[in-house]
Amino acid sequence: MTTQVVAGVQPVRVSSFDLWKLIKRVAFFLLVVFIVVVMVFPFYYAILTSFKSGTDIYRVNYWPTSFALDNYTQVFANQGFLQNLSNSVIVAALTVALSLVLSVTASYALSRVNFRGRGLLLMTILAVSMFPQVAVLAGLFELIRFYNLFNSLWALIFSYTIFSLPFTVWVLTTFMRDLPVEIEEAAIVDGATPWIIIWRVFMPLLWPALVTTGLLAFIAAWNEYLFALTFTSDNSARTVPVAISLFSGISQHEVPWGTIMAASVLVTAPLVVLVLVFQRKIISGLTAGGVKG
Amino acid sequence: MAELQLTDIRKSFGAVDVIKGVTLTVKSGEFMVFVGPSGCGKSTLLRLIAGLETISAGALSFDGQVVNNLAPSKRGIAMVFQSYALYPHMTVYDNMAFGMQLAKAGKDQIRERVEKAAELLQISPYLKRLPKQLSGGQRQRVAIGRAIVRDPKVFLFDEPLSNLDAALRVATRLEIAKLHHSMNGATMIYVTHDQVEAMTLADRICVLRDGVIEQVGTPIELYERPQSLFVAGFIGSPKMNFLNGNFAGRYGAKTIGVRSEHLQIGAGEGTWTGKVVHSENLGSDSYVYVDIGAQEPVIVREDGTKKHQPDDPIAIRPLPGQVHRFDDAGQPMGRQ
Repeated sequence: MTTQVVAGVQPVRVSSFDLWKLIKRVAFFLLVVFIVVVMVFPFYYAILTSFKSGTDIYRVNYWPTSFALDNYTQVFANQGFLQNLSNSVIVAALTVALSLVLSVTASYALSRVNFRGRGLLLMTILAVSMFPQVAVLAGLFELIRFYNLFNSLWALIFSYTIFSLPFTVWVLTTFMRDLPVEIEEAAIVDGATPWIIIWRVFMPLLWPALVTTGLLAFIAAWNEYLFALTFTSDNSARTVPVAISLFSGISQHEVPWGTIMAASVLVTAPLVVLVLVFQRKIISGLTAGGVKG
Repeated sequence: MAELQLTDIRKSFGAVDVIKGVTLTVKSGEFMVFVGPSGCGKSTLLRLIAGLETISAGALSFDGQVVNNLAPSKRGIAMVFQSYALYPHMTVYDNMAFGMQLAKAGKDQIRERVEKAAELLQISPYLKRLPKQLSGGQRQRVAIGRAIVRDPKVFLFDEPLSNLDAALRVATRLEIAKLHHSMNGATMIYVTHDQVEAMTLADRICVLRDGVIEQVGTPIELYERPQSLFVAGFIGSPKMNFLNGNFAGRYGAKTIGVRSEHLQIGAGEGTWTGKVVHSENLGSDSYVYVDIGAQEPVIVREDGTKKHQPDDPIAIRPLPGQVHRFDDAGQPMGRQ
């Protein structure tokens, strides 16, 4: 009798354990689904809406019912939008280039050259990034007027670079600090100047960090709205986010949701492509083999 | 190819003096080994010669020309690092060619020199590979090859073998010795904390301690005539046996030192008697640890594989003329 009971208990315990495991797995996947839905749904709905036309737009549905490219042709029929798109590309690309050049050289000094006040300087750079955009808006506006940059692409490149530098400098400094000192010393013995060390020895090793920081700087510059709104006055220097917000319908009371959504999809697509392309470049362990272990 | 002259070289990091006045001549074509315990400043001294650290005071000259303020690449040196320090993103060929490319040498000349060095080190099949595709020993050979390609006047080695396993270490040690013979005339300076490497490789050894030179001499000089207690204890394996108090008093010294192979086990008629603590059998010979009432057990080397049981009574005596005597200051007083 007793042995029977014991024998009976065993399978029950095993299956209850399996059940608990199953619950955990299901809960985990539910959480993942929830997160994905929350993150992706707005974009999905934008795509959905961009392919609708007429009064269809005001009908709520979650699956594609009709397919029309009217909104897209309308966006491109608007001469100004192509200008905005090229402005955005120029601004974001130059911001990335400028901040990477400046931060690679700065982080070489901050990670490898011993000088008085290095720690203080690093903390100051970090502190700069704590200010919210609105706090420096007025001051920056004065500065841009002073340098005669108002309503030019340089105003945006200048201000975006200022805001992306603290982050890129910090990330690259941390990466560069981890590069083995011996490699640098070997290069010095080989006759390399600091400039050659940076470009021919360190840069190839920093690729993953450069891609990551460059991508984030690009996204920030591409999506920025407040500065772009404040430092531009007409379409010649306006970037896409501002342009989209200024889309107007036929009458004052009509919001042109269709074209807004089409334009939004158009400006998001390049970011998605960029991330997909570069994620394969983000390879870790590039320094493997150079030094021991 | 170059004679090095170090004259009262000093180096301090802030308030800490690391090198406290080193005067030394390294002859042209000599294989000089810097040896000493960790923290003695041997690596710093090598880095001063390389130019990776600035010299605080004193003069460093190559063939009579002072090079204190010359950049490393202008001194005609090449350095092999402990951790190989290869460029991870470059192929073996590019690693070796990088220095010459920077010096704007011709392509054919670079190719010729790299291939010659690769052949010498038997790494020709790997020229197209990346460092991460090589084993530790191969990587270290590439690092040595990179040094050879620079065709330097002085080779500097900073503990190049300490990352390799025991078997590879012996093999690479042999390679470096052969390299020194084949590159007749190249001056080499080699830093190690391993006194076996020092003894086997060096033409002359420079023993450093706390930033000053303890003794410079050929391996045999250092082994047979140590100029201080420190050198006597540092050179030789196993360590020289030191005895104080009454043991030394009988020889009229503060401390006496006897190497393990200069002690004989005699049945009963020995100078010192004691008990066996432990014995290690190495096949060709064995080491017997004997407690004779001194602070530490005395190590005796014995030929063959005779086994001693712990607590066996034993009598030992030093060979005549092989007792190193030292005074209060650790200075040698001659052998007896």
